Amino acid sequence: MDFLRPQTWAEALAAKAETPEAAPIQGGTDMMVELNFDLRRPAALLDLNRVAELTSWSAEEDGRLRVGAGVPYARLITELGDRLPGLAQAARTVGSPQIRNRGTVGGNLGAASPAGDSHPPLLAGDAVIEVESAARGVRMIPAAGFYLGVKRSALAADELIRAFWMSPASGPQYFSKVGTRNAMVIAVCSFAVALHPGERRVGTGIGSAAPTPRRAAAAEEFLAAELDWDAPLDPAVLRRFGELAAEAASPIDDVRGTAGYRRHAIGVMARRTLTWAWNDFRAGQLGRRAG
Amino acid sequence: MRVSFTVNGREETADDVWEGESLLYVLRERVGLPGAKNACEQGECGSCTVYLDGAPVCACLVAAGQAEGRRIRTVEGLAEGDRLDPLQEAFVECGAVQCGFCTPGLIVQAHDLIERVPRPSDAEIREALAGNLCRCTGYEKIIEAVRLAAARKSAAE
Repeated sequence: MDFLRPQTWAEALAAKAETPEAAPIQGGTDMMVELNFDLRRPAALLDLNRVAELTSWSAEEDGRLRVGAGVPYARLITELGDRLPGLAQAARTVGSPQIRNRGTVGGNLGAASPAGDSHPPLLAGDAVIEVESAARGVRMIPAAGFYLGVKRSALAADELIRAFWMSPASGPQYFSKVGTRNAMVIAVCSFAVALHPGERRVGTGIGSAAPTPRRAAAAEEFLAAELDWDAPLDPAVLRRFGELAAEAASPIDDVRGTAGYRRHAIGVMARRTLTWAWNDFRAGQLGRRAG
Repeated sequence: MRVSFTVNGREETADDVWEGESLLYVLRERVGLPGAKNACEQGECGSCTVYLDGAPVCACLVAAGQAEGRRIRTVEGLAEGDRLDPLQEAFVECGAVQCGFCTPGLIVQAHDLIERVPRPSDAEIREALAGNLCRCTGYEKIIEAVRLAAARKSAAE
Protein backbone atom coordinates (compact mmCIF):
# COMPACT_ATOMS: atom_id res chain seq x y z
CA MET A 1 0.00 0.00 0.00
CA ASP A 2 1.19 3.51 -0.81
CA PHE A 3 0.51 6.65 1.13
CA LEU A 4 0.22 9.58 -1.25
CA ARG A 5 0.60 13.04 0.21
CA PRO A 6 -0.26 15.77 -2.29
CA GLN A 7 0.36 19.29 -1.03
CA THR A 8 -1.81 21.08 -3.57
CA TRP A 9 -5.05 20.43 -5.45
CA ALA A 10 -3.14 20.10 -8.74
CA GLU A 11 -0.89 17.47 -7.17
CA ALA A 12 -3.92 15.64 -5.80
CA LEU A 13 -5.56 15.51 -9.25
CA ALA A 14 -2.30 14.35 -10.81
CA ALA A 15 -1.96 11.61 -8.22
CA LYS A 16 -5.55 10.46 -8.75
CA ALA A 17 -5.02 10.41 -12.54
CA GLU A 18 -1.87 8.38 -12.19
CA THR A 19 -3.26 6.01 -9.55
CA PRO A 20 -7.04 5.85 -10.06
CA GLU A 21 -7.27 2.97 -7.57
CA ALA A 22 -5.94 5.22 -4.79
CA ALA A 23 -8.60 5.78 -2.14
CA PRO A 24 -8.99 9.43 -1.12
CA ILE A 25 -8.94 9.97 2.64
CA GLN A 26 -10.04 13.23 4.24
CA GLY A 27 -11.10 12.93 7.90
CA GLY A 28 -10.62 9.18 7.76
CA THR A 29 -13.62 8.46 9.98
CA ASP A 30 -15.10 6.05 7.42
CA MET A 31 -12.04 4.72 5.64
CA MET A 32 -10.08 3.92 8.80
CA VAL A 33 -12.88 1.70 10.11
CA GLU A 34 -12.57 -0.40 6.97
CA LEU A 35 -8.79 -0.51 7.27
CA ASN A 36 -8.85 -1.35 10.97
CA PHE A 37 -11.25 -4.23 10.35
CA ASP A 38 -9.42 -5.54 7.31
CA LEU A 39 -12.44 -4.92 5.10
CA ARG A 40 -10.54 -2.97 2.52
CA ARG A 41 -6.99 -2.80 1.24
CA PRO A 42 -6.77 -0.03 -1.34
CA ALA A 43 -3.62 0.05 -3.45
CA ALA A 44 -2.92 3.47 -1.99
CA LEU A 45 -4.33 6.07 0.35
CA LEU A 46 -4.54 9.54 -1.13
CA ASP A 47 -4.39 11.83 1.89
CA LEU A 48 -6.12 15.12 1.08
CA ASN A 49 -5.47 16.69 4.51
CA ARG A 50 -2.64 18.85 3.26
CA VAL A 51 -4.59 20.43 0.43
CA ALA A 52 -5.40 23.62 2.30
CA GLU A 53 -7.98 25.00 -0.13
CA LEU A 54 -10.29 22.05 0.52
CA THR A 55 -10.81 23.26 4.07
CA SER A 56 -12.11 26.72 3.20
CA TRP A 57 -15.49 28.01 2.05
CA SER A 58 -16.56 31.20 0.34
CA ALA A 59 -19.62 33.20 -0.67
CA GLU A 60 -19.59 33.38 -4.46
CA GLU A 61 -20.75 36.16 -6.76
CA ASP A 62 -23.95 34.35 -7.71
CA GLY A 63 -24.94 34.33 -4.04
CA ARG A 64 -24.24 30.65 -3.50
CA LEU A 65 -21.85 29.23 -0.96
CA ARG A 66 -18.95 27.12 -2.18
CA VAL A 67 -17.85 24.80 0.61
CA GLY A 68 -14.60 22.88 0.31
CA ALA A 69 -14.92 19.11 0.50
CA GLY A 70 -12.60 19.03 3.51
CA VAL A 71 -14.49 21.40 5.81
CA PRO A 72 -15.23 19.27 8.87
CA TYR A 73 -18.76 19.00 10.24
CA ALA A 74 -17.78 20.89 13.40
CA ARG A 75 -16.87 23.96 11.35
CA LEU A 76 -19.91 23.59 9.14
CA ILE A 77 -22.06 23.85 12.27
CA THR A 78 -20.30 26.87 13.80
CA GLU A 79 -19.43 28.81 10.65
CA LEU A 80 -22.31 28.00 8.31
CA GLY A 81 -25.12 26.90 10.62
CA ASP A 82 -27.00 30.18 10.07
CA ARG A 83 -26.90 29.92 6.27
CA LEU A 84 -27.19 26.16 5.84
CA PRO A 85 -29.40 25.22 8.80
CA GLY A 86 -30.68 21.91 7.40
CA LEU A 87 -27.21 20.66 6.67
CA ALA A 88 -25.96 21.92 10.04
CA GLN A 89 -28.75 20.02 11.80
CA ALA A 90 -27.76 16.87 9.98
CA ALA A 91 -24.10 17.54 10.83
CA ARG A 92 -25.00 17.73 14.51
CA THR A 93 -26.27 14.15 14.32
CA VAL A 94 -23.07 12.81 12.76
CA GLY A 95 -21.07 10.57 15.08
CA SER A 96 -19.70 12.28 18.17
CA PRO A 97 -17.86 15.57 18.67
CA GLN A 98 -14.61 13.71 17.96
CA ILE A 99 -15.99 12.43 14.66
CA ARG A 100 -17.45 15.83 13.76
CA ASN A 101 -14.00 17.36 14.22
CA ARG A 102 -12.72 15.13 11.42
CA GLY A 103 -15.59 13.98 9.23
CA THR A 104 -16.54 16.00 6.15
CA VAL A 105 -19.33 16.35 3.61
CA GLY A 106 -16.73 15.49 0.96
CA GLY A 107 -16.06 12.18 2.66
CA ASN A 108 -19.77 11.50 3.02
CA LEU A 109 -20.24 12.16 -0.70
CA GLY A 110 -17.23 10.03 -1.62
CA ALA A 111 -18.57 7.09 0.36
CA ALA A 112 -22.07 7.66 -1.11
CA SER A 113 -23.69 5.49 1.53
CA PRO A 114 -27.48 5.67 1.37
CA ALA A 115 -27.33 6.37 5.12
CA GLY A 116 -24.93 9.33 4.93
CA ASP A 117 -26.41 12.13 7.05
CA SER A 118 -25.45 15.00 4.77
CA HIS A 119 -27.23 13.66 1.69
CA PRO A 120 -30.90 14.48 2.49
CA PRO A 121 -30.24 18.19 3.21
CA LEU A 122 -27.98 18.44 0.14
CA LEU A 123 -30.87 17.08 -1.94
CA ALA A 124 -33.49 19.28 -0.30
CA GLY A 125 -31.31 22.35 -0.75
CA ASP A 126 -30.43 21.72 -4.43
CA ALA A 127 -26.72 21.35 -3.77
CA VAL A 128 -24.37 20.91 -6.69
CA ILE A 129 -21.21 18.86 -6.32
CA GLU A 130 -18.04 20.21 -7.91
CA VAL A 131 -15.73 17.40 -9.02
CA GLU A 132 -12.58 17.61 -11.05
CA SER A 133 -10.12 15.47 -12.95
CA ALA A 134 -6.74 16.40 -14.36
CA ALA A 135 -7.78 15.24 -17.84
CA ARG A 136 -11.27 16.71 -18.20
CA GLY A 137 -11.39 19.58 -15.73
CA VAL A 138 -14.38 20.52 -13.61
CA ARG A 139 -17.83 18.90 -13.69
CA MET A 140 -20.76 20.30 -11.75
CA ILE A 141 -23.09 17.48 -10.70
CA PRO A 142 -26.46 18.28 -9.08
CA ALA A 143 -26.86 16.24 -5.90
CA ALA A 144 -29.96 14.57 -7.35
CA GLY A 145 -27.78 13.07 -10.11
CA PHE A 146 -24.78 12.26 -7.95
CA TYR A 147 -25.98 9.12 -6.20
CA LEU A 148 -26.17 6.13 -8.55
CA GLY A 149 -26.44 3.09 -6.31
CA VAL A 150 -25.49 1.67 -2.93
CA LYS A 151 -22.12 3.33 -2.26
CA ARG A 152 -21.86 4.22 -5.94
CA SER A 153 -21.73 7.79 -7.20
CA ALA A 154 -21.26 9.68 -10.46
CA LEU A 155 -17.64 10.30 -9.53
CA ALA A 156 -15.24 8.89 -12.17
CA ALA A 157 -12.14 6.93 -11.16
CA ASP A 158 -9.81 9.83 -11.94
CA GLU A 159 -11.98 12.49 -10.29
CA LEU A 160 -11.91 14.02 -6.84
CA ILE A 161 -14.63 15.94 -5.01
CA ARG A 162 -13.53 19.53 -4.62
CA ALA A 163 -16.52 21.33 -3.10
CA PHE A 164 -20.26 21.53 -2.92
CA TRP A 165 -22.30 24.57 -3.90
CA MET A 166 -25.50 25.52 -2.14
CA SER A 167 -27.60 28.64 -1.79
CA PRO A 168 -27.99 30.04 1.70
CA ALA A 169 -31.39 29.03 3.07
CA SER A 170 -34.20 31.24 1.78
CA GLY A 171 -36.65 29.67 4.23
CA PRO A 172 -36.79 27.24 7.15
CA GLN A 173 -34.99 23.89 6.79
CA TYR A 174 -35.25 20.79 8.93
CA PHE A 175 -33.59 17.40 9.19
CA SER A 176 -34.87 14.44 11.15
CA LYS A 177 -33.28 11.08 11.78
CA VAL A 178 -34.33 7.85 13.43
CA GLY A 179 -31.56 6.11 15.35
CA THR A 180 -31.02 4.01 18.41
CA ARG A 181 -28.58 6.14 20.39
CA ASN A 182 -28.06 9.88 20.83
CA ALA A 183 -24.59 9.75 19.32
CA MET A 184 -22.63 7.57 16.97
CA VAL A 185 -25.75 6.36 15.34
CA ILE A 186 -26.11 5.43 11.72
CA ALA A 187 -29.52 6.47 10.46
CA VAL A 188 -32.24 3.84 10.38
CA CYS A 189 -33.76 6.39 8.06
CA SER A 190 -33.78 10.17 7.76
CA PHE A 191 -35.60 13.00 6.05
CA ALA A 192 -34.90 16.63 5.18
CA VAL A 193 -37.07 19.50 4.00
CA ALA A 194 -36.13 22.94 2.74
CA LEU A 195 -38.72 25.63 2.14
CA HIS A 196 -38.01 27.83 -0.85
CA PRO A 197 -40.65 30.55 -0.35
CA GLY A 198 -39.48 32.68 -3.28
CA GLU A 199 -40.27 29.83 -5.67
CA ARG A 200 -43.19 28.56 -3.60
CA ARG A 201 -41.51 25.17 -3.57
CA VAL A 202 -40.43 22.65 -0.94
CA GLY A 203 -37.29 20.53 -1.44
CA THR A 204 -37.01 17.07 0.12
CA GLY A 205 -34.39 14.43 0.76
CA ILE A 206 -34.77 10.84 1.92
CA GLY A 207 -31.92 9.01 3.63
CA SER A 208 -31.33 5.33 4.30
CA ALA A 209 -34.66 4.22 2.86
CA ALA A 210 -33.68 3.43 -0.74
CA PRO A 211 -30.54 2.19 -2.55
CA THR A 212 -29.49 5.83 -2.81
CA PRO A 213 -30.38 9.04 -1.06
CA ARG A 214 -33.22 10.47 -3.12
CA ARG A 215 -35.80 13.22 -3.35
CA ALA A 216 -39.49 12.57 -2.84
CA ALA A 217 -40.31 14.00 -6.24
CA ALA A 218 -44.06 13.34 -6.27
CA ALA A 219 -44.37 14.80 -2.78
CA GLU A 220 -42.53 17.94 -3.91
CA GLU A 221 -44.77 18.30 -6.97
CA PHE A 222 -47.86 17.82 -4.85
CA LEU A 223 -46.82 20.61 -2.48
CA ALA A 224 -45.90 22.91 -5.35
CA ALA A 225 -49.46 22.51 -6.63
CA GLU A 226 -51.47 22.31 -3.41
CA LEU A 227 -49.71 24.29 -0.69
CA ASP A 228 -51.33 27.63 0.16
CA TRP A 229 -48.37 29.77 1.24
CA ASP A 230 -50.59 32.36 2.93
CA ALA A 231 -52.52 30.01 5.20
CA PRO A 232 -51.95 27.59 8.05
CA LEU A 233 -50.95 24.10 6.95
CA ASP A 234 -53.99 22.16 5.74
CA PRO A 235 -54.05 18.81 7.61
CA ALA A 236 -55.20 17.01 4.45
CA VAL A 237 -52.24 18.43 2.51
CA LEU A 238 -49.88 17.49 5.30
CA ARG A 239 -51.23 13.93 5.40
CA ARG A 240 -50.96 13.48 1.65
CA PHE A 241 -47.41 14.87 1.70
CA GLY A 242 -46.46 12.22 4.27
CA GLU A 243 -48.04 9.47 2.17
CA LEU A 244 -46.25 10.56 -0.98
CA ALA A 245 -42.93 10.83 0.85
CA ALA A 246 -43.36 7.31 2.23
CA GLU A 247 -44.22 6.05 -1.26
CA ALA A 248 -41.02 7.60 -2.61
CA ALA A 249 -38.97 5.35 -0.32
CA SER A 250 -37.98 1.85 -1.39
CA PRO A 251 -36.37 0.51 1.73
CA ILE A 252 -34.97 -2.90 2.58
CA ASP A 253 -35.21 -5.02 5.72
CA ASP A 254 -31.87 -5.10 7.49
CA VAL A 255 -30.35 -5.28 10.96
CA ARG A 256 -31.34 -1.69 11.71
CA GLY A 257 -34.98 -1.82 10.75
CA THR A 258 -37.62 -3.38 8.57
CA ALA A 259 -38.70 -1.95 5.26
CA GLY A 260 -42.20 -1.45 6.63
CA TYR A 261 -40.93 0.47 9.63
CA ARG A 262 -38.69 2.66 7.50
CA ARG A 263 -41.48 3.50 5.08
CA HIS A 264 -43.76 4.38 7.97
CA ALA A 265 -41.07 6.49 9.65
CA ILE A 266 -40.34 8.43 6.45
CA GLY A 267 -44.02 9.45 6.33
CA VAL A 268 -43.94 10.54 9.98
CA MET A 269 -40.70 12.49 9.59
CA ALA A 270 -41.96 14.12 6.41
CA ARG A 271 -45.06 15.39 8.24
CA ARG A 272 -43.05 16.49 11.27
CA THR A 273 -40.29 18.32 9.43
CA LEU A 274 -42.78 20.09 7.17
CA THR A 275 -44.83 21.11 10.21
CA TRP A 276 -41.77 22.50 12.00
CA ALA A 277 -40.65 24.36 8.90
CA TRP A 278 -44.13 25.67 8.21
CA ASN A 279 -44.57 26.90 11.78
CA ASP A 280 -41.28 28.80 11.51
CA PHE A 281 -42.26 30.21 8.14
CA ARG A 282 -45.68 31.36 9.35
CA ALA A 283 -44.21 32.86 12.52
CA GLY A 284 -41.81 34.84 10.34
CA GLN A 285 -44.63 35.95 8.05
CA LEU A 286 -46.92 37.00 10.90
CA GLY A 287 -44.01 38.67 12.66
CA ARG A 288 -43.28 40.75 9.58
CA ARG A 289 -46.93 41.72 9.27
CA ALA A 290 -47.15 42.73 12.95
CA GLY A 291 -43.87 44.65 12.69
CA MET B 1 7.08 4.76 5.96
CA ARG B 2 8.49 7.15 8.49
CA VAL B 3 6.16 9.45 10.44
CA SER B 4 7.33 12.37 12.56
CA PHE B 5 5.14 14.46 14.81
CA THR B 6 5.06 16.22 18.16
CA VAL B 7 3.54 14.39 21.11
CA ASN B 8 2.99 16.25 24.36
CA GLY B 9 5.58 18.79 23.28
CA ARG B 10 8.22 16.23 22.28
CA GLU B 11 9.37 15.39 18.76
CA GLU B 12 8.75 11.76 17.95
CA THR B 13 9.62 9.70 14.91
CA ALA B 14 8.25 6.27 14.10
CA ASP B 15 9.83 4.09 11.44
CA ASP B 16 8.41 1.23 9.38
CA VAL B 17 4.89 2.45 9.90
CA TRP B 18 2.40 0.54 7.74
CA GLU B 19 0.50 2.95 5.47
CA GLY B 20 -2.88 1.83 6.79
CA GLU B 21 -1.86 2.02 10.42
CA SER B 22 -3.78 4.23 12.82
CA LEU B 23 -2.37 7.03 14.91
CA LEU B 24 -3.60 5.09 17.94
CA TYR B 25 -1.42 2.12 17.10
CA VAL B 26 1.60 4.36 16.57
CA LEU B 27 1.06 6.11 19.90
CA ARG B 28 0.57 2.93 21.89
CA GLU B 29 2.90 0.46 20.22
CA ARG B 30 5.66 2.60 18.76
CA VAL B 31 5.85 5.73 20.90
CA GLY B 32 5.05 3.89 24.13
CA LEU B 33 2.11 6.00 25.25
CA PRO B 34 -0.60 3.55 26.34
CA GLY B 35 -2.88 6.22 27.83
CA ALA B 36 -5.21 6.36 24.84
CA LYS B 37 -7.04 3.04 24.94
CA ASN B 38 -7.77 0.71 22.08
CA ALA B 39 -11.28 -0.67 22.33
CA CYS B 40 -13.58 -0.51 19.35
CA GLU B 41 -11.32 0.68 16.50
CA GLN B 42 -14.33 2.23 14.81
CA GLY B 43 -14.85 5.52 16.60
CA GLU B 44 -17.80 4.23 18.62
CA CYS B 45 -16.37 4.37 22.12
CA GLY B 46 -14.15 7.45 22.36
CA SER B 47 -11.60 5.70 24.58
CA CYS B 48 -8.75 6.60 22.20
CA THR B 49 -9.53 10.34 22.19
CA VAL B 50 -6.44 12.56 21.81
CA TYR B 51 -5.93 16.12 20.70
CA LEU B 52 -4.79 16.52 17.09
CA ASP B 53 -3.69 20.10 16.42
CA GLY B 54 -5.88 21.16 19.33
CA ALA B 55 -9.07 19.29 18.39
CA PRO B 56 -10.14 16.05 20.09
CA VAL B 57 -10.29 13.16 17.66
CA CYS B 58 -10.52 9.38 17.80
CA ALA B 59 -6.91 8.32 17.29
CA CYS B 60 -8.11 5.01 15.87
CA LEU B 61 -9.63 6.88 12.91
CA VAL B 62 -6.61 8.99 12.02
CA ALA B 63 -4.22 7.37 9.58
CA ALA B 64 -0.71 7.54 11.00
CA GLY B 65 0.51 9.30 7.87
CA GLN B 66 -2.04 12.05 8.42
CA ALA B 67 -0.30 12.92 11.69
CA GLU B 68 2.93 13.82 9.90
CA GLY B 69 4.15 17.17 11.23
CA ARG B 70 1.09 17.58 13.46
CA ARG B 71 0.77 18.26 17.18
CA ILE B 72 -0.65 15.47 19.33
CA ARG B 73 -1.57 15.77 22.98
CA THR B 74 -2.56 12.64 24.86
CA VAL B 75 -3.90 12.10 28.38
CA GLU B 76 -0.27 11.68 29.46
CA GLY B 77 0.30 15.28 28.48
CA LEU B 78 -2.40 16.81 30.66
CA ALA B 79 -0.78 16.50 34.08
CA GLU B 80 2.13 18.76 34.90
CA GLY B 81 4.75 16.49 36.42
CA ASP B 82 3.17 15.02 39.54
CA ARG B 83 0.37 17.58 39.56
CA LEU B 84 -2.75 16.10 38.06
CA ASP B 85 -5.03 18.13 35.87
CA PRO B 86 -8.10 19.32 37.83
CA LEU B 87 -10.20 16.95 35.76
CA GLN B 88 -8.06 13.97 36.67
CA GLU B 89 -8.33 14.90 40.35
CA ALA B 90 -12.08 15.35 40.10
CA PHE B 91 -12.49 11.96 38.40
CA VAL B 92 -10.68 10.31 41.31
CA GLU B 93 -12.58 12.22 43.99
CA CYS B 94 -16.01 11.68 42.48
CA GLY B 95 -15.57 7.97 41.86
CA ALA B 96 -15.84 8.59 38.13
CA VAL B 97 -13.15 5.96 37.62
CA GLN B 98 -14.04 2.34 38.01
CA CYS B 99 -12.33 -0.07 35.65
CA GLY B 100 -10.61 2.98 34.20
CA PHE B 101 -10.57 1.89 30.60
CA CYS B 102 -12.73 4.75 29.29
CA THR B 103 -11.18 7.32 31.62
CA PRO B 104 -8.33 8.69 29.45
CA GLY B 105 -10.67 9.33 26.54
CA LEU B 106 -13.30 10.90 28.75
CA ILE B 107 -10.73 13.14 30.41
CA VAL B 108 -9.29 14.41 27.12
CA GLN B 109 -12.76 15.02 25.74
CA ALA B 110 -13.95 16.76 28.93
CA HIS B 111 -10.72 18.75 29.04
CA ASP B 112 -11.52 20.19 25.64
CA LEU B 113 -15.07 21.00 26.74
CA ILE B 114 -13.91 22.98 29.78
CA GLU B 115 -11.31 24.82 27.69
CA ARG B 116 -14.04 25.96 25.30
CA VAL B 117 -16.94 26.28 27.76
CA PRO B 118 -15.65 27.13 31.24
CA ARG B 119 -18.97 26.48 33.00
CA PRO B 120 -20.81 23.92 30.89
CA SER B 121 -24.43 23.03 31.57
CA ASP B 122 -25.35 19.40 32.14
CA ALA B 123 -26.76 19.26 28.63
CA GLU B 124 -23.47 20.57 27.23
CA ILE B 125 -21.52 18.00 29.25
CA ARG B 126 -23.76 15.21 28.02
CA GLU B 127 -23.48 16.31 24.43
CA ALA B 128 -19.70 16.69 24.62
CA LEU B 129 -19.29 13.22 26.12
CA ALA B 130 -21.91 11.53 23.93
CA GLY B 131 -19.25 9.66 21.96
CA ASN B 132 -17.48 8.25 25.02
CA LEU B 133 -18.79 4.95 26.32
CA CYS B 134 -18.42 3.85 29.94
CA ARG B 135 -19.71 0.45 31.01
CA CYS B 136 -19.20 0.88 34.77
CA THR B 137 -20.21 4.20 36.22
CA GLY B 138 -23.57 4.95 34.70
CA TYR B 139 -22.16 8.37 33.75
CA GLU B 140 -23.59 10.27 36.73
CA LYS B 141 -20.26 10.35 38.56
CA ILE B 142 -18.49 11.32 35.38
CA ILE B 143 -20.81 14.27 34.85
CA GLU B 144 -20.36 15.19 38.52
CA ALA B 145 -16.58 15.13 38.06
CA VAL B 146 -16.72 17.39 35.01
CA ARG B 147 -18.98 19.81 36.89
CA LEU B 148 -16.59 19.85 39.87
CA ALA B 149 -13.50 20.35 37.74
CA ALA B 150 -15.15 23.16 35.81
CA ALA B 151 -16.22 24.91 39.02
CA ARG B 152 -12.73 24.62 40.52
CA LYS B 153 -11.03 25.77 37.37
CA SER B 154 -13.32 28.79 37.08
CA ALA B 155 -12.80 29.65 40.76
CA ALA B 156 -9.03 29.44 40.35
CA GLU B 157 -8.99 31.83 37.39
